[in-house]
Amino acid sequence: MGNKQTIFTAQQLDAYQDCTYFTRKEILRLFYRYRDLAPQLVPLDYTNHPDVKLPYELIGSMPELKDNPFRQRIAEVFSEDGQGNMTLNDFLDMFSVLSEMAPRDLKAYYAFKIYDFNDDDFICKSDLEKTLNKLTRNELTEDEVRMVCEKVIDEADLDNDGRLSLEDFQHMIVRAPDFLRYRNSDT
Amino acid sequence: MVAHPFLLRLSAGSRGRCRTMNRDDGVYTLDHAWDCIVGEGTAGSRGSPVSSDDSDEESEEMSEGELEALKEQVEEKKKLIATIRNKPWRMQKRLSVLKEAQDFVERFEGALGKGKGRRLYAFKVMMTKKLIKFNRDFENFKTACIPWEMKIKEVESHFGSSVASYFIFLRWMYGLNLILFGFMFGLVVMPEVLMGLPYGSIPRKTVPRSDQATEMDLSVLLDFGGYCQYSVLFYGYYNSDRTIGVLKFRLPLSYLLTSVGIFGYSLLVVIRMMARNADVGGDGGDDADFTFSWKMFTSWDYLIGNPETADNKYASITTSFKESIVDEQENQKDENIHLRRFCRVSANVLILCSLGGSGYLIYYVVKRSQDFAKMDPSSLSWFEKNEVEFVMSLLGLVCPPLFESIAELEDYHPRIALKWQLGRIFALFLGNLYTFLFALFDEVNGKLEEELSIKNSSEWALSQYYANYSAFYNTTVVPPPNVSPADVIRGPCWETAVGQEFVKLTVSDVEVTFLTILIGDFVRAFIVRFLNYCWCWDLEAGFPSYGEFDISGNVLGLVFNQGMIWMGAFYAPGLIGINVLRLLTSMYFQCWAVMACNVPHERVFKASKSNNFYMGLLLLVLFLSILPVIYTIMTMPPSFDCGPFSGQQKMYDVVMETINQDLPAFMGTIFSYASNPGLIMPAVLLMVLAIYYLNTVSKAYQQANADLKKKMKTARDDEKNRRNNKDSTNQMMKDLEELLPNKSLLPPPFEEDTPSGTHTKQTKTKPGPTGKGVNVEKEVSLAAPNPRRPVTQAPVQRAGPPMNARGAHAEPGRGRGRGGPPRR
Repeated sequence: MGNKQTIFTAQQLDAYQDCTYFTRKEILRLFYRYRDLAPQLVPLDYTNHPDVKLPYELIGSMPELKDNPFRQRIAEVFSEDGQGNMTLNDFLDMFSVLSEMAPRDLKAYYAFKIYDFNDDDFICKSDLEKTLNKLTRNELTEDEVRMVCEKVIDEADLDNDGRLSLEDFQHMIVRAPDFLRYRNSDT
Repeated sequence: MVAHPFLLRLSAGSRGRCRTMNRDDGVYTLDHAWDCIVGEGTAGSRGSPVSSDDSDEESEEMSEGELEALKEQVEEKKKLIATIRNKPWRMQKRLSVLKEAQDFVERFEGALGKGKGRRLYAFKVMMTKKLIKFNRDFENFKTACIPWEMKIKEVESHFGSSVASYFIFLRWMYGLNLILFGFMFGLVVMPEVLMGLPYGSIPRKTVPRSDQATEMDLSVLLDFGGYCQYSVLFYGYYNSDRTIGVLKFRLPLSYLLTSVGIFGYSLLVVIRMMARNADVGGDGGDDADFTFSWKMFTSWDYLIGNPETADNKYASITTSFKESIVDEQENQKDENIHLRRFCRVSANVLILCSLGGSGYLIYYVVKRSQDFAKMDPSSLSWFEKNEVEFVMSLLGLVCPPLFESIAELEDYHPRIALKWQLGRIFALFLGNLYTFLFALFDEVNGKLEEELSIKNSSEWALSQYYANYSAFYNTTVVPPPNVSPADVIRGPCWETAVGQEFVKLTVSDVEVTFLTILIGDFVRAFIVRFLNYCWCWDLEAGFPSYGEFDISGNVLGLVFNQGMIWMGAFYAPGLIGINVLRLLTSMYFQCWAVMACNVPHERVFKASKSNNFYMGLLLLVLFLSILPVIYTIMTMPPSFDCGPFSGQQKMYDVVMETINQDLPAFMGTIFSYASNPGLIMPAVLLMVLAIYYLNTVSKAYQQANADLKKKMKTARDDEKNRRNNKDSTNQMMKDLEELLPNKSLLPPPFEEDTPSGTHTKQTKTKPGPTGKGVNVEKEVSLAAPNPRRPVTQAPVQRAGPPMNARGAHAEPGRGRGRGGPPRR
């Protein structure tokens, strides 16, 4: 493991390894992916913490995200300015939380933020409607949408305020079978 | 077989998976650690000159209490550093907190090492850091070694995670088979090849004279006869000498123990995998509680990276929502239940008939093949020679779609129908396999009789030779007959025959699978793509269109293939090697086929919520494959002139022999005591009791779990009631309320928030989209319905907990238990 790279200092790499779920190699790979989005904007030397932000359009065009209906929300949640323009820190953060090593609770927290379109710390009916329309690309009728949203609130709203708080959401999501961490089959 | 909400991976390169260790602190360089020791000085400052060391030490000696507190703080900081990636903060904040904590630890860790044993402490710290670094590097290395990671990820991004899980299962099987092959090869095949007698030296290792003309013919070899039959591939090649070679390797014992050990190891591995999957699986019976919520929040598979797949996913999500909506409304639908029952019963009868028919067909064909074997091989066509394998594969191909079409009669929910389908295919394969086995063992009995007669005749021939020789030359010392090994009369060696059958079956299974993929998928895709230009209807959208990857069929095929390998490994040690090759090519071939010829599924219904369904099947198949082998070892007499157990009465006699002759005497007595029924019965009884005890304990835990859940639920509902309708939960208060004139005991109710609709949990009947009342809500909650009182006073503005959506209302006291009674 020679320190042949000159992008980060050793301390920076170690700090990133402590703050994310990634190994050294993965962090470097992520950096190169970040850089590939805009080679002229991103310098090859991060030792003096340059302040570089990539606009949302570039992030949203990544192959991992471009087919995701929630990519805009994901970028907004993880970006510092809330508009979807991401620095390298935000970028690493996003992939770290969405990686398979991240624990359930952390994912649930960020999932809540992603689905909260109006950023009011509650998933209200309008948030649900937006989520559903994004999921089905507006294929359901208005009545069906309304019915599904009401059903969701009935199912998950425990404190009965007509919208889902973080607690309600977490309580519901940690029981979901699909939400459990992906297990790899080993001998 | 799970989808992936909230999971993203980079689509090129390896995936890291090394987050299991506790990382106390970052990795400091060696210099750093030494600095802590050498650069001591006052507590909290480093780099002071060494000369002032002693005086500083004395004056700055920290008290024990302070030391403890400091130590605690350092531990806390270390814990923070270890868990900092779990905190939902921005990266910038995390980095600064991390730096601060690391500085703190750095500063005081050296100081803590002051006084007694500081060198030892610092050394310990350094070793821990080195160990952590080593662990991390090792994990990195391990993950880099996982084969086919990129391929599987590519498949995953195109087809979603259920298809990819088949390939992961395949890879796991490959690993398992590789290890089994290692065992067999290293402990049985290699010793025989290296230290045993070479080919041609003894009868069992030589092709008989009558077959030598055709021994290297390709057709004979493909049939695993000729030279193949007398090679390490099969049981018959192995010699029965007690020890071979310079190392005195006990081959027969090794053969027996390896065969049994293969089962033991497989059992261990499968159960370990099941246990690992089990805690991921069901979390209690809350299945139906959150259907719509889960559909909404967890149905999107974040690993999808391909527009076609995304399109399919959108379509399937929409369909799934529509189906659930209809399901909700369908609960009232009450069809003709008698018709449905009749259809289902008749469908089951039909399927049972076809299962029985297929079993009989296999039996008949195996019997016929025995007759064919007696006839002259050159007069038989290829079809007649390979009839058994051909028929079995054909049945495996034809019956599942047949079952599927019969199942249309039953009109089940798709998930239930899939379960039935899988169960039936399983029964089909099982029935076929066991019928095949029974027919085979029938054949074996015939061979045993033949063998007895040959044995008698060869013994008679030998005794005649000795008699003649001594009579002729008038000596008593008779040299052994000078007969070339190829000419010796030999018995039929039924174990090799059984091994050959298994190998042929496996090979034909492989051929059929590959052919099916080639024709069923590749040629079909080819035709659809290129014939589409000149065809009347749209081939791609209508019939036949592109194929979908049949996950369950493939997984079942894999499971049964493994069952056959387990069964056949005893009779044909080389079979595992053949299987390893097969799995290897299968991986590459199927990956290519799926990417080139298949389209993603339109409709996704999982058979079970966890992977344990298929693991359970594997376990069942493992048990079922142990049975024939154990039966062979315990009851069937081995052939007298081939294989490692020739000459013994029963195969397990080698073990008894070893115990008696090679192990010290007391071991023999121990074993004889241990095999005493008087000891075994109590042991079995003890195990049964242990199982019963564990079962009871687990039931008790489940009960405790359920009770806790109920308690939590009632606590929550109480909260709800407390905030919603204060005057209706307490029955006594309610009664009292009726008695008192002005009903002044309880505070007046909250104002109803009529605009946003009621949130009481009465059975709601909303006018649904179709106009009929849709019973959307399940009955009941513990809260009694809100008594609607006439509004007698003007609504008072109260700053109570905002239980209804009244706009952005940043109330500090909201949340469970913190919202007290509203202020007036």
